[in-house]
Amino acid sequence: MSYVPHTDADRAEMLAAIGVERVEDLFHDVPASSRFPELRLPEPLSEMELMAELEAMSEENMDVGHYPSFLGAGAYNHYVPSLVDQIISRSEFYTAYTPYQPEISQGTLQSIFEYQSMICALTGMEVANASHYDGATATAEAVIMALNVARGRRKKVVMSPAVHPEYRAVVRTYTQGVGLQIVGDEVGSRSLHDVASLVDGDTACLIVQTPNFFGQIEDLSGLAEQIHAAKAMLIVVVDPISLGLLKPPGDDDADIVVGEGQSLGNGLNYGGPYLGIFACREKDMRKMAGRLVGQTVDADGKRGFTLTLSTREQHIRRERATSNICTNQALCALAAGVHLAALGRKGLRLLAELCYHKAHYAAAQIDALPDYEVLAARPFLKEFVVRCPVPVSEVNDYLLAEWGITGGYDLGRDYEHLAGHMLVCVTEVVPRGDIDALVEALAEVAEEVGR
Amino acid sequence: MKLDPNCRYDQEHEWVRVEGDEALIGITDYAQDQLSDVVYVELPEVGDTFDQGDVFAVVESVKTASDVYMPVGGDILEINEALEDSPELVNEDPFGQAWFVRIAIADPSELDDLMDAEAYRAYVEGLDE
Amino acid sequence: MKADFGIRCSGAEPVIYELSKPGRMATTLPQLDVPQAALPDAALLRDDVDLPEVSELDLMRHYVRMSQLNWAVDIGFYPLGSCTMKYNPKVNEAAARLPGFARTHPYQDVHAVQGNLRLMHELQEMLKEVAGFAGVSLQPSAGAHGELTGVLIMRAYHVARGDMQRTRIIVPDSAHGTNPATTNMAGLEVVEVPSDARGNVDLAALESVCGETVCGLMLTNPNTLGLFEEQLPAVMELIHGCGGLVYGDGANFNALMGIAKPGELGFDVMHFNLHKTFSTPHGGGGPGAGPVGVAELLVPFLPGPVVALCRCEEAGCDCQEEEGVHYHLVMPEQSIGRVRSFYGNFGVLVRAYTYMRALGAEGLREVSEMAVLNANYLKTRLAGVLPVSHQRTHMHEFVVKGIYPSAPDVHALDISKRLIDYGFHPPTNYFPLIVPEALMIEPTETESKETLDAFAAALRAIGEEARDDPELLHEAPHTAPVRRLDEVRAAREPILRWQGG
Repeated sequence: MSYVPHTDADRAEMLAAIGVERVEDLFHDVPASSRFPELRLPEPLSEMELMAELEAMSEENMDVGHYPSFLGAGAYNHYVPSLVDQIISRSEFYTAYTPYQPEISQGTLQSIFEYQSMICALTGMEVANASHYDGATATAEAVIMALNVARGRRKKVVMSPAVHPEYRAVVRTYTQGVGLQIVGDEVGSRSLHDVASLVDGDTACLIVQTPNFFGQIEDLSGLAEQIHAAKAMLIVVVDPISLGLLKPPGDDDADIVVGEGQSLGNGLNYGGPYLGIFACREKDMRKMAGRLVGQTVDADGKRGFTLTLSTREQHIRRERATSNICTNQALCALAAGVHLAALGRKGLRLLAELCYHKAHYAAAQIDALPDYEVLAARPFLKEFVVRCPVPVSEVNDYLLAEWGITGGYDLGRDYEHLAGHMLVCVTEVVPRGDIDALVEALAEVAEEVGR
Repeated sequence: MKLDPNCRYDQEHEWVRVEGDEALIGITDYAQDQLSDVVYVELPEVGDTFDQGDVFAVVESVKTASDVYMPVGGDILEINEALEDSPELVNEDPFGQAWFVRIAIADPSELDDLMDAEAYRAYVEGLDE
Repeated sequence: MKADFGIRCSGAEPVIYELSKPGRMATTLPQLDVPQAALPDAALLRDDVDLPEVSELDLMRHYVRMSQLNWAVDIGFYPLGSCTMKYNPKVNEAAARLPGFARTHPYQDVHAVQGNLRLMHELQEMLKEVAGFAGVSLQPSAGAHGELTGVLIMRAYHVARGDMQRTRIIVPDSAHGTNPATTNMAGLEVVEVPSDARGNVDLAALESVCGETVCGLMLTNPNTLGLFEEQLPAVMELIHGCGGLVYGDGANFNALMGIAKPGELGFDVMHFNLHKTFSTPHGGGGPGAGPVGVAELLVPFLPGPVVALCRCEEAGCDCQEEEGVHYHLVMPEQSIGRVRSFYGNFGVLVRAYTYMRALGAEGLREVSEMAVLNANYLKTRLAGVLPVSHQRTHMHEFVVKGIYPSAPDVHALDISKRLIDYGFHPPTNYFPLIVPEALMIEPTETESKETLDAFAAALRAIGEEARDDPELLHEAPHTAPVRRLDEVRAAREPILRWQGG
């Protein structure tokens, strides 16, 4: 099965029209010694056999539907309303290309325009693009944008150690060829104030995250003023669900807001496809990477939408483009837009509050256990740090084996000083019973493993 | 094709109009016509310094971004902020309201490298053939 | 066959904010089942968020109506050159939605996600086999992302050898814009080389830029003219001879499966576009996936984590994991680092895996053969209608000059817009840059002879219209939901978000 419609007669007629005898004759430009290699691949399968095999493979996994999960750390198990999948499953959306022909792409274009509008509302920013690959690459692109706004004259980037470790790693990967000094996260723990004090006249930007990787809400008031005094840019990494409740970074004068949009209408999918949110100020929009949809009119004066400000992009500016990005995560942005519109003004707030109250209930119960301590000196939303009496890997092995629970993230993986600390995430999908089970299981772990 | 007899021209279609030690710089009527509808002009900052032949601005239509070169070297004294909100001025009045920058000329002898209006007209007519 | 947008969509669709009415909501949330906690300090909170408020039915209708304003592969022919708009099999969608795949968290312990890791490992192996490479990383999430990865790998290879002066990347003038843009992102310098009269890289020009500052060459093969590089061995010899590496832009790999392995042709690194060659949908602009394959010498530099297979029951295995764990996530020793969070666009990887397992070796070769047959057949049918850029045997696509000899005032853009009225998506316009008025046509293997004949007939009919009534073309499309849009206005006075009324 190769989804090719040709009958033998079709092939014969087509070959005759071209004037060759065999299909092989079309490949004479390929060096003969390399032509038609053998491919050692598994035998083809019918759809029925294939689905059976894939189903079996998928069932080797312990998915969050069967094993209650307290993992977050940048990928969140939020409920995705049924209508989201119904809409992104429409072939008119998912089998279309990038909307280069606006007359026959108004559906994609308008849905992106609406997504841009809602992201602006959410972040308090003026311009949002059509998306990046994920939160990490959006952060890296924000750094590159800050370097370009500084016209290449500033070579230092300051990052808080409380920014997601993988985002910080991707910033380093992206910029390894351009000779930057990246500071701030050499130590695992540094207050926002101390990180900000590293910003100087050679600094292009400061990157902070709120809620940060540890789930704590950062107080950004006054920060932008300090950063702008050094003529640097403030980049804020956000979780969009938190913005149902928390003050948007735009209100604190952030210059660029980025984030992982997976929580909006996109499932966990083992880490992708996700959604890089990217928003900035109008004054900087021409230094922004990625696609932008704008409103205009057609030849009859009727409202329509089109890709715009394209001169920033690779197909026009080539080596001087703001980025090489073309394909982004359009369908994920569509899902996010649908989810945001479905929740609406009230729903997003309610959702954020559900997460908040459930996480605080879980934190209080765990903190009451004699052998555990919740580090809650600062406010948090849906994630919090727990000091465990035994190594986190042992806690998690026990939780899964004995209770069928997927425990939290082992912070010792990235932060030496946080060995033995677990990052616990509680979203609206976790019923109270599962929280109580986790608490009971943790108590048991302390007794069984701790002995 | 409009020309300004008081300007000098380079081969990249920039004009320069000398006023004492200073000069105004813009792009020619021929250049704006080639570009079609100008949608944005990216200008340098006051205080920047460029040599003759350096790229100091970018002029954009919907589907192109073209560099603009310094016909003579110098320091940027003033930029035409009107172009920010009204890029269409480049199409409407390239020699007048759509000047790009005012500079302090670094070396007046560089002006000798440039064409006068008639030489530029002949140069452009040569291009079109 | 005519497009019928006009019938389905007579009025403009409101922006979702215009449908909003305070108090409505299109979803439900569970009741709070735990005690309320005190909210944080009010200074940290917002008062309101300006999102639309709509009912579920209003929301569905809005998006369904918008979907009807789109063209798509499932509606009709989409011969967009360099984009490989082939059919997206529905079993791929079913596979990616299996809850066992879709509902797994990227930080679950490896022993809890062996199914995912097995799929990823087998996909890595299949991609290696099809393209002749020694290693594959599935992490890059799009073609351009794969390009950045590949160029950073080439750079890292030279840097690791102390070859710091290799900072130049050679890019042919027929290249996609991502090639120079990528080079710049990687902090390297672009050197452009021209094409010769037969559409190949100009060998003399290439030789003149070879030297000890060359990091590598980025080569699309078949190139953007749809032509296989005739002097490929000589190109490889020149670049490798001067110590450089050769990057393959895999955008056109749909012409090569079972035909030739890039690794055997001399390419050192290549990205795959799973959303082109391997039938995963384009999604209106993503998500795609751009895995990167490399030759042996570049394996240590791959971005990670990648999936490694370790059979723990075998003697001498030192991976020290519990029984039953065969697949691990590992970081290659000299890795350029991660290029995104987690492991790649996993949901897209599931689709591509499903496709490869459905086709097998013979099926994949048939795909490439038929893609090439279709392109050459369509080109034959267009003889005498529009001039083809190069008189050679083409691979999976070809470029024509969008000018009818009898109607010089009609441009490629006008032809494209008129094709919409005939019920076809236009080809790629004005690319590659080296062909004036270019129309780049890639039919793909999943289109039937009848479709290709109808498309050729449409271009012939449009040629007659161009001669008799050029205004008809200048004002096309006539049947689409909107007429030509004012792009100058969009760029001069950008309106990038809904701002009320």
